[in-house]
Amino acid sequence: MTALWGAVIFSGFYHGINPGMGWPLAVSSALMERNHRALPKALLMLAFGHFLAMIAILLPFSLMIFLVEWELQIRLAASALVIAMGIYLLINRRHPKFLARVHPARLALWSFLAAMAHGAGLMLVPIYLGICAIAPDDTGHLAAQALMSSNVMTAFAVAAAHTLAMTLAGGIIAVVIYFWLGLKFLSRTWFNLDLAWALSLIIVGLFGAYSAYYGH
Amino acid sequence: MNLRPDPTFHASPKLAMQAPIENYAFTVMLSPDGTQSDGIAVIDLKPGSDTYGQIVHQVIVPNKGDEFHHFGWNACSSSLSPLSGHAFLERRYLIVPGIRSSRIYVIDVKEPLKAKIHKTIEPEELFAKTGYSRPHTIHCGPEGIYVSCLGGGGEDGTDGPPGIFIMDCETFEIIGQYEMDRGKQDKHYDFWWNLPQDYMVSSEWGLPPQFENGIVPEDLLSNKYGHSIHFWDLRARKNIQTMDFGENYQMALEIRPAHDPTKSYGFCGVVVDTTNLQGAIFTWWRDDDGVWQSKKTITIDPRPEDPANLPPLLQGFGAVPPLVTDIDLSLDDKYLYVACWGLGEMHQYDVSDPMNPVLAGKVELGGIAKGEKHPNGKDFVFGPQMVEISRDGKRVYWTNSLYSTWDDQFYPGEEGGQMVMADVGENGGLTLNTDFYIDFPKGLRAHQIRLEGGDCSTDSFCYPSV
Repeated sequence: MTALWGAVIFSGFYHGINPGMGWPLAVSSALMERNHRALPKALLMLAFGHFLAMIAILLPFSLMIFLVEWELQIRLAASALVIAMGIYLLINRRHPKFLARVHPARLALWSFLAAMAHGAGLMLVPIYLGICAIAPDDTGHLAAQALMSSNVMTAFAVAAAHTLAMTLAGGIIAVVIYFWLGLKFLSRTWFNLDLAWALSLIIVGLFGAYSAYYGH
Repeated sequence: MNLRPDPTFHASPKLAMQAPIENYAFTVMLSPDGTQSDGIAVIDLKPGSDTYGQIVHQVIVPNKGDEFHHFGWNACSSSLSPLSGHAFLERRYLIVPGIRSSRIYVIDVKEPLKAKIHKTIEPEELFAKTGYSRPHTIHCGPEGIYVSCLGGGGEDGTDGPPGIFIMDCETFEIIGQYEMDRGKQDKHYDFWWNLPQDYMVSSEWGLPPQFENGIVPEDLLSNKYGHSIHFWDLRARKNIQTMDFGENYQMALEIRPAHDPTKSYGFCGVVVDTTNLQGAIFTWWRDDDGVWQSKKTITIDPRPEDPANLPPLLQGFGAVPPLVTDIDLSLDDKYLYVACWGLGEMHQYDVSDPMNPVLAGKVELGGIAKGEKHPNGKDFVFGPQMVEISRDGKRVYWTNSLYSTWDDQFYPGEEGGQMVMADVGENGGLTLNTDFYIDFPKGLRAHQIRLEGGDCSTDSFCYPSV
């Protein structure tokens, strides 16, 4: 269980350092407004959008999982979906063009769409389902209603913990570049994570499938 | 695709100014009568090189009659946009349109000395996918490569309004028209933008029948060329305001927004004021209410001349109009360079206060009924025209041809292509460099210049200079 929560936090850091999830926007907001207060404000909006994207993906699964007898199938299907997204991103290495049509001031919307386009929420699904998979002994005693509401709570907790870690990681990079290193480091710290990202989805999906089979 | 951003992408104009200087220039070579193929000349600019200031390679295209004019990069500093970052693209390809043929060449200049054609887009494909013709200005931006076209559909390009189309920045496939609501815009020329502030500005020359076979004096005297600029909501693709300078301000051409994205102003050059033959520069800006405003901030007077010395087109006026045909703004937004193609002068204005430009330097070279020679003793045909500034602002390059048929009207009987360079003084001022003078191959004229790694009229920046 600790390892799974660790994975939630770790994936948050991982998303946070990816420039594709928006930390350069926090730097540019503060620079454009010539006011360092714009930086935390931008980070907050980005975090809000990211959180919504996580919830949008996790909630449907939390509602589904009360079908306890289908748990294995659901987890396998979820894993397959994550792996498919990874393979899609591996093959289609093009940038999502529609992001270019979002108005620069709509940071939360941008963050939501960016997370969706990159399958950021999907990366959490196998971990989340792992956390929800309660020891089989317990499930018998719990009413479906209670199980569902507990899973919804878990979905919010997972999304919140993940988003917090993401904001922290991205925020640290943005603050360090804005206050100390300067814009020159913006391009220097910008690594192409596309390949690593796609592979991460595949690995997380494989892990999900594995733990669904042998997890307990 | 790179693993790290292309080193020629810079977050801010200031970082671009501090970057290593240009090693090569790419300059358009065009055959005015279509008897030869057009091409791109690769010029060595490495200081200390044995071939410094010489054409060291040429990319000659297989077709004739394209008439190259303007061109641009597949990717620039706009790739570092925090919103639509394509940070791992390479600045590697030049998109070179033929304005007479509507054919577009994509030229791979990764190795400048081995530059070659990577892809050709035939005119039929452009017509079918966009409804536009006569592609012209290139800018790389949020949705890919944007190309302005001077003509609409049909044989003479007047079937429907001209406009901008978007091209994929990786595959160079034409995607389609840019505009969703063009408002009053019915002519086209240049365009540029401020990416973080999400606005675009476009300008007007005239429709193809008004320029392809030469300037139409009746149209000019009845003020039928373009005299408005258009402000767009860039991402919504909507014309939000059309600003008419007044119908006497004929041919509002080059749009030069301040490079620093925190600034909401820029300049536009007007070729000729038909009431007095002056050339003019307008400063445009956004006021506190979000409405775009403009004011004429520079005027350049015509020079009286004995009609006997003038081309037939100008004899009735007894004067040489300045003909402001190109302007360019240094990356620090400090100096605006203004080419007076008729007078034969290159002006340098200090525009630190954009509402009150001050003439800081001037070079006389060529010119109608003047033909001022280069300090090295050689001729400079026509007048100073397409101008490009080095990223660090210390060197200003320019060529001499405006447009084949117009060259022949304003400078009848003259022929040649030249590219020169002037050094910028520590506190302004402009001096022609006697060691830099390129005479183009016989029968070819010279037009736009692009500098390796970006220059002052290509790159759009997404972060302010701090």
